[in-house]
Amino acid sequence: MSNTNRTLLSDPMDDNNPITVQVLGICSALAITVQLKAALVMSISVMAVMAASNVIISMLRDLIPNRIRIIVQLVVVASLVALVDQVLRAYAYDVSKELSIFIGLIITNCIVMGRLEAFALGNGVWRSFLDGIGNAAGYGFILILVAFFRELLGSGNLLGYQVIPDFVYEMGYENNGLMLLSPMALITVGIIIWIQRSRNRKLIEN
Amino acid sequence: MIDYANLFIKSIFIENMIFAYFLGMCSYLAMSKTIKTSVGLGFAVIFVLTITVPLNFLIDKYLLKEGALSWVGPKYAELNLDFLSFIMFIAVIASMVQLVEMIVEKFAPALYGALGIFLPLIAVNCAILGGSLFMQIKNFSGITESAIYGFSSGIGWLLAIVAIAAIREKIAYSNVPAPLKGLGITFIITGLMAFGFMSFMGIKL
Repeated sequence: MSNTNRTLLSDPMDDNNPITVQVLGICSALAITVQLKAALVMSISVMAVMAASNVIISMLRDLIPNRIRIIVQLVVVASLVALVDQVLRAYAYDVSKELSIFIGLIITNCIVMGRLEAFALGNGVWRSFLDGIGNAAGYGFILILVAFFRELLGSGNLLGYQVIPDFVYEMGYENNGLMLLSPMALITVGIIIWIQRSRNRKLIEN
Repeated sequence: MIDYANLFIKSIFIENMIFAYFLGMCSYLAMSKTIKTSVGLGFAVIFVLTITVPLNFLIDKYLLKEGALSWVGPKYAELNLDFLSFIMFIAVIASMVQLVEMIVEKFAPALYGALGIFLPLIAVNCAILGGSLFMQIKNFSGITESAIYGFSSGIGWLLAIVAIAAIREKIAYSNVPAPLKGLGITFIITGLMAFGFMSFMGIKL
């Protein structure tokens, strides 16, 4: 793998993270971060949709007339999301119930459209595939990080299993129910942005 | 009547698109730098939601739901086209936005001047598709109910974006820690506002 291809994968993890730097794909992402499991499933679904749609649009990029490209992209993404939704309903019904409308909202997730517009329309298939994987990984990384802290501090569990041992509770430790409420997702992301920009000072806005 | 009023209040304050479900966050964060643009975008969202939610309600009820096609003939009664709903909804939204844009441009040039640039953006605003998908889950009984839901969710969205725009205009003069400037502080303020909106929880007429 050449150097430029490697940056396609590594760049979205930090310097060009979809959520904390590009500010794309926040819609719908945060509502499902109460539990780690839902966040994992969501990240995998987004990765599948992004990689596949990037590949398809990149293959079709010379055939799509410029004026109707948004509609074409929407149709491709919507069909892929419908596919993912059906697969989830068949093999992971309870998770799919929990994610409810948020799987459908991957269609309008700006990160998918954003990468199609900005990258897949102008680059080859293999590079577009890597870009899709990389950006979905950067997106999933933040999602999983938020869900990790919310589930750990909010209910003392990870992936549904208790991780904080009983004797800690006996010593007087309490779960912080506040973390389970939706506003804490926003504040957690705010803190993640704070930490990231303190370490990586070139990202600071003026 | 009281049911409609309840739905109205509930969709604006308690199930606010931004604060409870984070729908439409991308345009909310990107377009909230000044009050003027945020008001324009907010009204465009109200407008499009009020049109697309009832329209998608009709499509869901008479085309997609299980047994919805029974009006065509008895042998179509057991068809369930539910899996097509994502594609149908997004196609309706994209074409409606285009149509509305053309109509407004022709008949109300002043309104077009105010909303024009925001309308195309809205086709991919999650709040719009979210409105239709929630409509599908909530099982509304009639078209009036779904229209009220669309309209009031739009108002809730407008309230949220105008409020954050006003705060951001002021906070530009405050001494925020450098790494928190811009995006970070906006997230935290939105979180605090969402806590405020939680106090509406349980209000019923």
